[in-house]
Amino acid sequence: MCLAVPVRVLQIDSLEALVEVGGLARQASIMLVPDVQVGDYVLLHAGFAIQKLDEKEAEETIRLFEEIAEGMGD
Amino acid sequence: MRFIDEFRNSAAGRGLALRIQEKKVRPTNLMEVCGTHTVAIFKHGIRQILPEKINLLSGPGCPVCVTPNADIDKAIALAKNAQVILTTFGDMMKVPGSYSSLSQVKAVGADIRVVYSILDALKIAENNSRKSVVFLGVGFETTSPTTASAILEAERLGIDNFFFLSVHKLIPPAMRALLDSDEVHIDGFICPGHVSTIIGSQPYEFIPREYGIPCVIAGFEPLDILQAIDMLLEQISAEEPRVDIQYRRAVRKEGNPIALKYLSTVFDVTDARWRGIGIIPKSGLKLGQRYERVDADCAFKIVTRPPKEAAGCCCGDILRGVSTPHECGLFAKACTPEHPVGPCMVSTEGTCSVWYLYEEEGEALSQTGEPQANNKPVTLKE
Ligand code: SF4
Repeated sequence: MCLAVPVRVLQIDSLEALVEVGGLARQASIMLVPDVQVGDYVLLHAGFAIQKLDEKEAEETIRLFEEIAEGMGD
Repeated sequence: MRFIDEFRNSAAGRGLALRIQEKKVRPTNLMEVCGTHTVAIFKHGIRQILPEKINLLSGPGCPVCVTPNADIDKAIALAKNAQVILTTFGDMMKVPGSYSSLSQVKAVGADIRVVYSILDALKIAENNSRKSVVFLGVGFETTSPTTASAILEAERLGIDNFFFLSVHKLIPPAMRALLDSDEVHIDGFICPGHVSTIIGSQPYEFIPREYGIPCVIAGFEPLDILQAIDMLLEQISAEEPRVDIQYRRAVRKEGNPIALKYLSTVFDVTDARWRGIGIIPKSGLKLGQRYERVDADCAFKIVTRPPKEAAGCCCGDILRGVSTPHECGLFAKACTPEHPVGPCMVSTEGTCSVWYLYEEEGEALSQTGEPQANNKPVTLKE
């Protein structure tokens, strides 16, 4: 039940946002992350954005995984 | 999809698995506390690629499963009240209470509506002003802030027919209870990533400090989980237990301060009963004094018969990591997802249902003690 999916914020109207979930637009409350901006990625859980995703941290993790993948020689 | 595909790269998965396999470790029990992790671990075949010595235990992190029968009976009693529209998440519907389930009483006329979000329940309240709309709020710290937000919204909008039955629970006190019980040996915790987006890393600090046990807060993609296991093994071999965050893109040390503020505005922490574990001090949320008027427990007279447990179901032992589903005589015989006897078979994140669904693929073998070949080819499932 603690499933949350990364979605992109498309539009913001006060504390309501439109987010993109699998190609579809969906309403979400941003009461819990009022500072998010259009274009940000957030975690969506039960109709609420619960946390903003940190792109820089994500990229660092991805870079590490890429290094590990390169070490595997493919 | 962005933020998902990058964390499923199979070459990196093989690399991480190799790192794990190359580590010299003694037999190690790692507990994934959260049911969403249990599902991800089975779905991506992670058990199959771990060395035999590393055993993954499923913990009490399925909110539906840990809700005791007495609370389900209460919700059922409320739903039978003709004045009430009961709203809840789909997972709760089929959970057997002592005498029936919500879907059974719905079938005979109770007005129960499944919602995806508590905001949908709030809309139902707005549109049905002559009825009392009760939301059965189940879930851990990931979900309780959404409840708190909706209660604040209802207040702001002046919606006064919206009530709330709280069975919300807190994860860190349950981890303490498991450690104190000494029933199961745990060498490291894979801590729940989404609970931690809210609470941050600080609430787990007592685990390394008081119990000397490493913790890593992990994401839910296969590479996240493998990296978290690797980080736990590092901590174990260095004998330097601490709380590390693997899921850095989503979890900050301080969590989500706004969500935490809403939680403390609306709720008080209280002792709560967990199925299979009993009463855990300070492990539940109840509405604070200011919001008592929306507490269904206070607003309605709820009468229930004494609760009873399903005969032969050992969900409680499974939730404590003491037993595996195979040790239950009913597993896959009298108890299946179509005809569940206990909640661990109902919820999609219940350990019994996860084992049942993925068993045929052989992924549950490592916990049943069957020999597992080491260093076999590693493939992550999409
Ligand atoms: S298999 Fe069914 S009866 Fe057995 S513990 Fe799991 S839920 Fe309970």
